[in-house]
This record gives sequence, C-alpha cells and structure tokens, in this order.
Amino acid sequence: MCDDPVCNDCKQWATYYYDRDVLTRNYSVFVYNDVIQDIVTKWKYRGDYVLGNIFKQYIYQTYKQHKSSLPDQIITVPIPLSGQRLLERGFNQAKMLANFLPLKQEELLHRLHGEKQSKKTRKERLSSKNPFYLLKKVNKPVLLVDDIYTTGTTLRHAASLLKQNGCPDVYALTLVRG
Amino acid sequence: MASETTNQLANQFAGKLLLRSEIPLSEDVFQHCVSSGNFTAVSSISKNLLYCQCNRCGNREPGLFAKIPCQICHREHHYCRKCIEMGRVMECEPLYYWNGDQPAWATPADPCSWDGELTDKQQLAADRITQAIVSQEKELLIWAVCGAGKTEMLFPGITKALQSGKRVCLATPRADVVRELLPRFRQVFAGVSIQGLYGGSDEKEKVAQLILSTTHQLLRFRQAFDVLIIDEIDAFPYHKDPSLSFAANRSRKQISTMIYLTATPRKEQRRRMLQKQLNHMFVPTRFHGYPLPVPSLKMCRTLKKDLARPAPPKLLTEWLKQRVNPERQLLLFVPTIELAEKLEMVLARKFIQLGWLPSKQAITFVHASDPDREEKVQQFRRKETFMLLTTTILERGVTFPSVDVVVLDAGHDVFDEAALVQIAGRAGRSPDDPTGEVLFIHDGKTDAMVEAVSSVKAMNKRGGFR
Repeated sequence: MCDDPVCNDCKQWATYYYDRDVLTRNYSVFVYNDVIQDIVTKWKYRGDYVLGNIFKQYIYQTYKQHKSSLPDQIITVPIPLSGQRLLERGFNQAKMLANFLPLKQEELLHRLHGEKQSKKTRKERLSSKNPFYLLKKVNKPVLLVDDIYTTGTTLRHAASLLKQNGCPDVYALTLVRG
Repeated sequence: MASETTNQLANQFAGKLLLRSEIPLSEDVFQHCVSSGNFTAVSSISKNLLYCQCNRCGNREPGLFAKIPCQICHREHHYCRKCIEMGRVMECEPLYYWNGDQPAWATPADPCSWDGELTDKQQLAADRITQAIVSQEKELLIWAVCGAGKTEMLFPGITKALQSGKRVCLATPRADVVRELLPRFRQVFAGVSIQGLYGGSDEKEKVAQLILSTTHQLLRFRQAFDVLIIDEIDAFPYHKDPSLSFAANRSRKQISTMIYLTATPRKEQRRRMLQKQLNHMFVPTRFHGYPLPVPSLKMCRTLKKDLARPAPPKLLTEWLKQRVNPERQLLLFVPTIELAEKLEMVLARKFIQLGWLPSKQAITFVHASDPDREEKVQQFRRKETFMLLTTTILERGVTFPSVDVVVLDAGHDVFDEAALVQIAGRAGRSPDDPTGEVLFIHDGKTDAMVEAVSSVKAMNKRGGFR
C-alpha cells in the first residue's frame, strides 16, 4: 500500500526531525474509505470486539509481505490506551491487532489521559504534548502497532520516546492509513 | 439529598432502563441513589443452560452474542451485538431502573389547542381511542386507510390522557417522521412537556410527559407509559425485529393501553382481528372523502432490457405524454439504489429532450442513507423539483399534495403488498387534488401486485365507494 516513493507526510516529518525521522517506516493495510470507516467505528467506538477478527488475515498478510524488510529480533509494541479510555472501551484495539502477529509482544508504554485524538484538528495533534512514558527500556527494534495512522503524531511520540531510551529502530504497522 | 432534587431525579429517570454511562450523574450522587434504593440494578445479560438473554433488547440468538476479554473486570464474558448501536451491553455492567418515588405528571385542564374539525369517520375512531384510554383497555388496533388523517384522530385521546396525568408515548419507525411530528405536536400541545427521541436527537436528557420517539428508543424504557401508541405496526422494522415488540411491551406500565396504527395490517394482525383476539376499528375513508386511487398494472416486456441499459421504458414516456393532469409532480419508485443512481441522469436527459422537464435540477433522487434526504423531500414538497426518484424509504409517512405515482419494476421483491398499498396511498392526499394516477410497471404480475390492487378496491368498497 505505502511503498516508495516516500509519501509527503514522511517527507514533512523528516524535515521536522532534521532528516532523522524517528519512525523508519509505516506500513498500512488499508487506505481509509467509507466501508473501513464503518467497520472501525463499530468495532472501536461501539465496542463490537469480535468484529476485529476480520482484520486478522489482512494484518498478517501485510506483515508477511514486508517481513523481509523488517529487522530480525523485532518485537511488537501496541500503542496503549489511557487507563480511563480502557475502562470506557473494555479493550485496546491496537493490542488486539498486535495479537494477530507471530512476534513477541511487549507492553512498554503507558499513556496519560487526554482528549481523544479523533476529536482534535491536525494542528492540535501536531502541537500536542507527548502523552507516553516508558515502563521499561528496550534495546531491540520495535514494531509499533495501532489502528489508524492519521497525521503520524501518536506514532512519532511513541517512537521518539523509545529511541531516546536505547531502541535502535522503530517501525509501525497500522490497519488504516487516513 | 433534598426532596426537591429527588423529585427532579424521579422525573428524569422514572420509566427508564439505562446503562451507567447513560446516567449523567456524578459518581457520588449516583452511588447515593443506588444505596438509598432509588436506582435498582438488574443484570444486563442473564444466562441459563440453554441460552443468553440480553435484558435490554431481549436478544437470545447465540450468533448475536460475542465474548470479550474485558479489561474492566478482567474476565472474559459475553456482550450483546444486537443492540450495540445503542451502547454496548456487557455482562459485567448492570442496567439500572428508577425504583424511587414515581413522578407526578401535570394534569393540564386544556392541553390541546387544535381547532380543526374531524370528519364523522375520524370522530368515531377518535372516540374509540379515547374510550380505550379512559377504560384502560389493553390493546386496540386502528386500521385507517392511507390519508385517513391518523394524527388528528389521536388528539382527543392524547388530550384525555394528559388531563388525567398520564404519560404518553407515540412511537414510529422512522426518525424523519418524529422530526416531522414534533413541531406539530409542540404547536397543538403547547403547554405540555414534549420530548423527541431518535438516534442523534439532542433531547435525550429532557424530561417529558409526552414522548415522540422512534421505536428503537423504547429499548431505554421500562414501565414508563400509561398510553403507548405504535404507529405503522406493519412496517419494517417493527414487524421483523422481535426486539422492538419486546421493548414496547416492557416500556408500558402494567396497567396501560397500547394502541396500534396501520393502513396495511399484516396477515398476523388480520387473523387476530378476525378471531376477535384484537379489538380494532376500521376507518375506511380518506379525510377528504375521496376513494383511494386504484393502481393500474402495466405490462412491459422489455422492462429488464430497458433497465439494464438503462433507458426509461417507452410505456412510461407514452403515459407521461397523456397524463390526466400534467401539472402534477411525479413520484417514481425504484427497487434499488443502484438503479436509481443509474436512471437519474438518463431520465433527466430524456425528459428534457421531450420538453417535459425544464432542467436537470428538476429531478432529484433520495434513498435511506442520503444525508440530504430531508432537504430534497422539502424541495419536492415546495414544488422546486418536478420529479422525485426514490427507493421504498418514502413509501409511508410522507405527504405530497399533488403527485402521480409510478413504480418501476413493481414485481421486485422489495415491493410487497403492504409497500405497494402504501405507495399507492401517496397519490391524491390533498383536498385540492384528491385523486392521482398510480402506475405499476412490471414484466410479470406478482401476488403482491394483485393483492395490493384487490386490497385497495376492498377498502374502497368498505368505504361505500362502488
């Protein structure tokens, strides 16, 4: 889906990080469309947990397709929800997706509660404070897993935190590219 | 807690059945209500050896339950998928109902300011409804032909109910009907607290004695109503979805009156009426005293070919040239959204060429998930467009003063008998133009078509027309 050449979004981020984007690559399974939007809404916001299972084969296939370009030893880190959001939702959709991958998974991040990302404008997202802190240092490469890539802010908040703390390389796998 | 606030809470929550997330109270106040016994918790999903049951929507189908590894209670348990659009019901979260003092609703002496006149037939039905409400009859079905003026027939009964401090709900299948009725009821029952409930309405937290709602919203009520009026009892989704009758029955008080309204009762209801299990009253005439337009069936052998191209069947253009009253707007029903989308431009081109339409803005198309549906319907009503292409979404509950009606491919499965009778009932609704032509274009008669025609004729006959 998101093969070379580098998309404008990544180019902008590269400039932002003085040519050293903290996120090496993002792989997305789907490009946003009405059908995906409906399914994701029902799954994530209405909380229809089992609906997430329909993404299993797609996530797995995308991973397999790009497996050769991912470093060995890579572990998955699902983007967490804040404690409060988890109590509202009952499950973490990113963790559900990460469970579909045949890789070791570690929950290294904790997230502070804030306004929903989906309720913010692009500008607000880009200027938002990093909501994550690290529970544990890691020296292996990391594949962040999340459901939707919109501006890439959330993933880069997580990635920069990991990189500052000894993680050599951060990739991302997301279900939908907004 | 002061008694004043308890009264407010009673007004707000009496008769409701809610999830904690639907109760807008601080945790302190809420816990106080629970410990004082004002809120009672009931399990939201009950289980036995054979099945799970969702206690909000009554769902028992195993395929409509799923398991979630719940991060709230750290167990894996069931949740209901059937009513999830109204907020998720999970095993670990109970439903709450108000068990405290019951609210005392107002008893306005003169709540109704409607100054219209009922026809004799309407008056008979209105009296029958009032009688059912006063004597707390369990069930009454009003079978009134399309255009009989059902809403007005309800006014006297609702007035009586409000005068004696009863709580009333009028439930109808579609949100647009609720939105249409609201301003009208607010005008007629000006001093009464009225709430409109539908998905996305902004009045969810209001407190009201008279509630207009979509049938789905009844899922949030329990023993709330003294009078529950179910409009369009035969319509989708009520007759197809057992959740809705489950919710309707739960939302009425133990001693209460349920009134069903329909123009096209289904077999089940007819059987119950015949066997005297269901009290009913038949209103055989339209309020302006003219008969229902009888549909004419037109066979078109090339229909499938025409629609595949797509092109308007020759028969349609021929008929357009020789309509009885060419001033009337045209309401055209098609079986599917895809077909309507394809036809819109083709018809526009053809009819402009024939000089029958001034421009392509004069034709418009609506369907269920069209965001501009309301606006387009209003435009057609204001005669800003001449021709409206629609799916069955407009088969009922809408009134256009002067239209001819065509059903393209009337043999399609979506047009069952009730739908066809309702569609025919869109014509001739105004006293200024009380007739209209109704055309069913088909490529082979179906039972539905034949039954629809004979049902219209039978109703006219009962209305004293020959």
